[in-house]
Amino acid sequence: MDNTELKRLATQVRRDIIRMVAGAASGHPGGSLGAADLMTLLYFETMKQSPATFTKEGKGEDVFYLSNGHISPVWYSVLARSGYFPLSELGTFRHLGSRLQGHPTPVKGLPGVRVASGSLGQGLSTAIGHALMKKLDGDPCKVYVLMGDGETEEGQVWEAAMFGAARHVDNIIAFVDWNNQQIDGTCDEVMSLGDYRGKWEAFGWQVLEADGHDFDSLRSKIAEAQQLCGKSKPVIILVKTDMGHGVDFMCGTNEWHGKAPSAEQAERALAQLEETLGDY
Amino acid sequence: MKRFSYTEKKDTRSGFGAGLLEVGRKNKDVVAMCADLTGSLKMDAFKKEFHDRFFQAGIAEANMISVGSGMAVAGKVPFVGSFAEFVTGRVYDQIRQSVAYTGANVKIAASHAGITLGEDGATHQVMEDIGMMKMLPGMVVINPCDYNQTKAATIAAAEHKGPVYLRFGRPTVPVFTPEDQKFEIGKAVKMIDGCDVVIFATGHLVWKAIEACEILEDKGIKPELINIHTIKPLDKEAVIEAVKKCGCAVSAEEHLINGGLGDSIAQLLSREYPAPLEYVAVDDKFGESGKPDELMAKFGLEAPDIVAAVERAIARKQK
Repeated sequence: MDNTELKRLATQVRRDIIRMVAGAASGHPGGSLGAADLMTLLYFETMKQSPATFTKEGKGEDVFYLSNGHISPVWYSVLARSGYFPLSELGTFRHLGSRLQGHPTPVKGLPGVRVASGSLGQGLSTAIGHALMKKLDGDPCKVYVLMGDGETEEGQVWEAAMFGAARHVDNIIAFVDWNNQQIDGTCDEVMSLGDYRGKWEAFGWQVLEADGHDFDSLRSKIAEAQQLCGKSKPVIILVKTDMGHGVDFMCGTNEWHGKAPSAEQAERALAQLEETLGDY
Repeated sequence: MKRFSYTEKKDTRSGFGAGLLEVGRKNKDVVAMCADLTGSLKMDAFKKEFHDRFFQAGIAEANMISVGSGMAVAGKVPFVGSFAEFVTGRVYDQIRQSVAYTGANVKIAASHAGITLGEDGATHQVMEDIGMMKMLPGMVVINPCDYNQTKAATIAAAEHKGPVYLRFGRPTVPVFTPEDQKFEIGKAVKMIDGCDVVIFATGHLVWKAIEACEILEDKGIKPELINIHTIKPLDKEAVIEAVKKCGCAVSAEEHLINGGLGDSIAQLLSREYPAPLEYVAVDDKFGESGKPDELMAKFGLEAPDIVAAVERAIARKQK
């Protein structure tokens, strides 16, 4: 898919995010906006997956796990825009009875979601479990997983990192949304990630870095990661993003990590995001 | 009364190991993980025969539970094992989100449960685990009584679709249930028919209750004994029917009163058939180091403790 088309998709996804969070008067717009380009590329270009063939087991397909479940709006939008469920359902986000819970869950039967996430730090482990079973079954497809950078303060992430390297889980491509923002401030202020690339390398992972708002950068690094698969080491891409990317007053700050815009603020945000594919 | 006897003593964890090997042979989707306690959990035979389906987790239980959820999503039947404390209290949130709420088909194998873990002391002697696990919506909680029943329960757990907490222990205990028993999750097993009091026992306390019933018979009391191997879902019909017949009840378990089998029975009786209920369980205390038998006596979990509880229950009934 060419970059212009991807950009049109990602812009619509960003509109969806603003409208969903404003419509629910709650949710997490900042991280969702920041990950919109990566998520759009994964679902519309990178991953071998389709709503027509979706199963929980995901045999013969690439599978995706969202570990930082609070950025559910971006996931729900790309799933709906990919045809996993009706677009109109995005309007039910966080409402009573909806399949689009505040944090993702498979229990309401939402296609595309395989495990609950929201309590942080668990998704890498789950993705590794699925990847190991793909290897056991001789399934050549891959497992993709996205984490937040603040999320990797959780100790379980490093248990998983050690385990993934020790068990040679070389059919997984992990991403960290590396925006250096979390609820209480920047990651530097809250809990310095230190030599972040060095940490992952020391745990035995192949580490790549990408610009999360440049489709060429993302595309080439993902291609490189795919080439590194099957070589006995797990692969991670540290994706540099801006929290709130695409909306000037939300960008580069943690202020909009978990806060919904008012109606007036939502209008200001939407004015910066062209309606390219039609709102839900 | 029907007499129970035994010719050998075995640990229930070995029943788990034997059951795991059997389900491994029956179902190629069965996989297993352990957190550096493979020998203690008796998972070695499975590991040896199915080395490609066994995964050493290392001392990292949180990761193990969530890896297990990914295996289950992929269509496998993972058994994840460690000491009961380390696969419950240490990883409650992982079990809650990645397994129970997700509805993942993960089997949590919990060995060395209760006070009979012995000399390692209270850090390792979890007596809150049944409570923690039964609180999780959709979680099945099984606590079998001997080697044969643990083996049968392991096979039943593998066949059940959904999360299961399977609890067993460290010490050798009498083997008194049939080798070829049919194990039905959620179905209580009547061991002794009686009419004066019903004893609901689970796990290691079932044999203690058999011993107690012999003492009670000598005193002219006719106790009924029901083995509650599945604490959740509780066999409500069996419990209510027995209490209606006997008029009073005793629960017996190697667990805290809070959150245990007795707690479940009390909740049921208070709503459907109020009757005197006495507890044989540990009341709001941590354990300590000692030999299993010494600890069972010190913490009030022996046959004479059950006899005393029965006498209290009957006295309350007569008032």
